Amino acid sequence: MSDTQWPLWEVFVQGNPGIPHKHVGSVHAPDAEMAMQNARDVYTRRSEGISIWVVPAAAISASSPEDQGAFFEPANDKPYRHPTFYKIPEGVKYL
Amino acid sequence: MEESKQLEQFEAKIAAGQKIEPKDWMPEAYRKQLIRMMSQHAHSEIVGMLPEGNWITRAPSLRRKAILLAKVQDEGGHGLYLYSAAETLGIDRKELLEQLHSGKAKYSSIFNYPTLTWADIGAIGWLVDGAAIMNQTALARGSYGPYSRAMVRICKEESFHNRQGYEIMMHLAQGTPEQKEMAQDAFNRWWWPSIMMLGPSDDQSPNSEQLMRWKVKMESNDAIRERFIDRTVPQADFIGLKVPDPAMKFNEKTGHYEHGPINWEEFFEVIKGNGVCNAIRLKARVEADKKGQWVREAATAYAAKQAKEKAMA
Repeated sequence: MSDTQWPLWEVFVQGNPGIPHKHVGSVHAPDAEMAMQNARDVYTRRSEGISIWVVPAAAISASSPEDQGAFFEPANDKPYRHPTFYKIPEGVKYL
Repeated sequence: MEESKQLEQFEAKIAAGQKIEPKDWMPEAYRKQLIRMMSQHAHSEIVGMLPEGNWITRAPSLRRKAILLAKVQDEGGHGLYLYSAAETLGIDRKELLEQLHSGKAKYSSIFNYPTLTWADIGAIGWLVDGAAIMNQTALARGSYGPYSRAMVRICKEESFHNRQGYEIMMHLAQGTPEQKEMAQDAFNRWWWPSIMMLGPSDDQSPNSEQLMRWKVKMESNDAIRERFIDRTVPQADFIGLKVPDPAMKFNEKTGHYEHGPINWEEFFEVIKGNGVCNAIRLKARVEADKKGQWVREAATAYAAKQAKEKAMA
């Protein structure tokens, strides 16, 4: 492992209580603790967050863009999963 | 899928205003051009720390020192955003830094000018960061997702750099005659390099058309330069500084300022490595890298020790 190329960590920051952590970028660091400190210095210099996750980039599995169509296809022919699929007579309330 | 079909889909996506993400198919020329642009940009951020870092110990007040420290720290952060965005294109930061240190990679011409007085720090924030913002707000609309997102972030932070610089110039311009002279002198020296740093006219670049279509380049250098000048000249007027261009005049018909001839010979000399500070900057960068090596080694050793202790516990 060369000295300027530590493992890559993906950084997720939670901006405010109650909202999800969001991907903001990445940092290189020799371990999780230092990845966390680097992420704080790089991505939250202006109070952008109240919580940080760092995840080894190598641990992330991602779907590939080429399969995008086929991979998400099972959802395409099931419109009955949406409330708008159902016709409710006018006058019926709270549905 | 056939390459021509992939190219067609790629271009359609960009035309529809969608972003290209790291795992998406992209033409090799697109990838190469982005690596070149993004790494030059990253290098410019970290080399840009040097002329200003020079003044941290000599800032005239604690307030100015704290501001300058924060600004220089931001430049380091911007470098990191950009290196990590460039890495999504399949190149290592280490390789990019080696290209910088060996002199193979370029960085912005502007950082090869010296910072002679405190007013230069004002001029850099106001003019150099001002010009950079013009360029970066355009790039934030570019087609490559990671670059565009890094740009959005950087633009937000640059706005502070720009304003603190103008504030320094304003205070000096309203100060004693000597201080005003210092401000004017810095303005005189930084004006031309600042308008040159936005690059030569686009008719000199054969690739512009394709790069514009791929939204790697968003606007012509001349259009960005015009906007920078239109915004900056009234700011100079406001604080009583004189633009060092006797030919500068406002054209009522077009609503734009018109500037005198730009000394492109100087620009190309600096790009070639013959500016006042090219050698000093590169030497400082290489030394900083060397001097930091023990810190990186210590961090690696500490991480290994922690992991070992954890395993034994």
